[in-house]
Amino acid sequence: MTEIGLNHFLFLAAVLFCISVAGIFINRKNLIVLLMCIELMLLAVNLNFIAFSYYSATLSGQVFVFFILTVAAAEAAIGLAILVTLYRNRRTINVSDLDEMKG
Amino acid sequence: MDNYLNNLLLAIPLAPLGGAVLAGLFGKYIKRAGSHWVTILGVAVSFVCAVLVFKYLVLEGKHGDKYETTVYQWLVSDGIRFQVGFLIDRLTMVMMLVVTFVSLMVHIYTIGYMKDDPGYQRFFSYIALFTFSMLMLVMSNNFMQLFFGWEAVGLVSYLLIGFWFKKETAIFANLKAFLVNRVGDFGFILGIAAVLLYAGSMDYNEVFAFAANKGFDNKTIEIIPGTPWSAITVICILLFIGAMGKSAQVPLHVWLPDSMEGPTPISALIHAATMVTAGIFMVARMSPLYIESEVALMVVLSVGAITALFMGLLGLVQNDIKRVVAYSTLSQLGYMTVALGTGAFAAGIFHLMTHAFFKALLFLAAGSVIIAMHHEQDMRKMGNLKKYMPITYITSLVGSLALIGFPFFSGFYSKDVIIEATHHLAQHNGTLVAKLAYYSVLGGVFITALYSFRMFFMVFHGTERMDEHTRSHLRETPWVVTGPLILLAIPSVFIGAMVIHPMLFGGFFGGAIKAPAGYDVLADIGKSYHGVFGFTLHGMLQPPFFLALAGIATAWYFILKRPDLGAAVRTRFRALAGLLEQKYYFDHLYQYVFAAGGRLIGRFFWRVGDVRLIDGAMVNGSARVVAWFSGLVRRFQSGYLFHYAIAIILGLLGMLTWLVWPLIKGVVHGV
Repeated sequence: MTEIGLNHFLFLAAVLFCISVAGIFINRKNLIVLLMCIELMLLAVNLNFIAFSYYSATLSGQVFVFFILTVAAAEAAIGLAILVTLYRNRRTINVSDLDEMKG
Repeated sequence: MDNYLNNLLLAIPLAPLGGAVLAGLFGKYIKRAGSHWVTILGVAVSFVCAVLVFKYLVLEGKHGDKYETTVYQWLVSDGIRFQVGFLIDRLTMVMMLVVTFVSLMVHIYTIGYMKDDPGYQRFFSYIALFTFSMLMLVMSNNFMQLFFGWEAVGLVSYLLIGFWFKKETAIFANLKAFLVNRVGDFGFILGIAAVLLYAGSMDYNEVFAFAANKGFDNKTIEIIPGTPWSAITVICILLFIGAMGKSAQVPLHVWLPDSMEGPTPISALIHAATMVTAGIFMVARMSPLYIESEVALMVVLSVGAITALFMGLLGLVQNDIKRVVAYSTLSQLGYMTVALGTGAFAAGIFHLMTHAFFKALLFLAAGSVIIAMHHEQDMRKMGNLKKYMPITYITSLVGSLALIGFPFFSGFYSKDVIIEATHHLAQHNGTLVAKLAYYSVLGGVFITALYSFRMFFMVFHGTERMDEHTRSHLRETPWVVTGPLILLAIPSVFIGAMVIHPMLFGGFFGGAIKAPAGYDVLADIGKSYHGVFGFTLHGMLQPPFFLALAGIATAWYFILKRPDLGAAVRTRFRALAGLLEQKYYFDHLYQYVFAAGGRLIGRFFWRVGDVRLIDGAMVNGSARVVAWFSGLVRRFQSGYLFHYAIAIILGLLGMLTWLVWPLIKGVVHGV
């Protein structure tokens, strides 16, 4: 059994990131899934930070993660709030119905 | 620097300009009388100053041969000076006196002629402006100012031909005059450009010095590759093309007869006495250049000879009193050009001067007749006017006799010298051109006498052909009309005999006019000149005199003795009469070839160049391209979030790749 190293973490983070990107593009149904994908994207980045921080033995990376988590929480709150308002107005959170962002 | 003289010289052109501005801009406030007073005063001041300058420079002999002063230097560019300046030599002084005197007469005359015209103030403003322009032209000491004056007189001529701008024919005539003059002016400006190119200066003195130092020798110019032409010949011919336009020489003569659509005073002032002689003056002024090129002089001679003879012939078939005088003007301008062509520049200027007096007189007399006839210009409806208008009759007789060159009248001397000059030239070099020119001017004498007295007899003698109403109102015109006639009649009689000796043989012109180096025809004539009296007696034994008498006799026979014969002759020579009545089809040629061709080209540029290329391809085309492209781009804006997201991601990817690419390349290349 090989030891788990930096590359594995980076690979995992990349996979998570790709999944979230694909989720944003492919998802046509639920706006909540979209928000979750964005969260996942941030987590993938966080994972990178932590892995680099651990392997280079500096703490600053982990400090960044705290910040990102805070921002992510705020963002999730705002996102959900927008979502609720949207639902009140449009009676749907179906992504493929939201096509009004054009001039 | 001579302040007294400088002030006089400045006053000469500026006084009429001031009058023109006052009458033109404030005509409404200073009223009719105010505007004629202010312009007449301006021109009178100008005339008096010209006389004072003449007295100061010639009679008192200050400053020698010529006086030059720069009034204002506009700019210096690459060593070429652009300036306003005066070159006052004998040639200029003759022109200044003639222009201001005739202009003054015409100003006074206009009071009577334009009495009831609504455009009274405008007319006075224009003629004063003309006087200013003409003075700027003749007093210039450089080519730029010459060109300014040249164009300014052209402009005023245009404005005045179309003075009655509600008259369809007048508008046609002024456009025609303007366009034909453009052709000449194009040659003229090319000539000036060529002078500048070779001599490197616009200053008369420098250019003439350059020519005198043989600066133009061996200089050639290749307009058509492979055929080098002598530069001086090209320059002279180009300048002469300008003179042909302004002085109405064949084939650019077509505008002058039509210019008679304008009021009669301007026909007298501009289209007979002064402006049309600008070309003659210019060639005489450029005599230091023309003497360098024999070819150019030959061209001048032949053009002049053709004009002198053939335009005179056209005068025979005209029935409009002003048009007869107009064709006579063309023919006389031809004589002047012939004089220039023989190298007798002084004789050309001499004829210019005498002609200015007697032709202005004839035109004003014609105008006087027209006033009396209630603006009827057809000679077939006149007759026996001598009974009603004695002063006009006498002055017209004086003008006609001067025109045909009757002994002791001014025209006799100037015309005889020109004929003598061609005769001497033909004998000297024996070229065909010179011989033909001699016979042309000789034939011209007969023609001149014929048409002049045809007109004279038709108008003043014979049966009264006007209607009853006109007859009952016939009377002599007021003193403002007859006064100028009398004042012009005096020099028409005496000026020739008075000035022939100093002007032609006495070296009056000094250095202003050069004679050809090879054969100085005037000097040759001068050898056999023994006083005015001898010259006159000699002239009375020469063919021109008898030809003139024959012309009068023929006119008398056909008009008064056997009036029925004219129609018979006309039917007999129908083809010839048709040719003359259609003016050799010049108008048709220009109308159908150049004017129609120009319009065709214009239409082509409009339809293809403007409508298709500019409007179609460039203006509408670019709009269409933008519309098409935006239609394409609009598809990307779907409104779906995920489309935008993918665009962001792809854009980010592209940008990162672009940023990171050099790094990756460095890694690959092992840096």
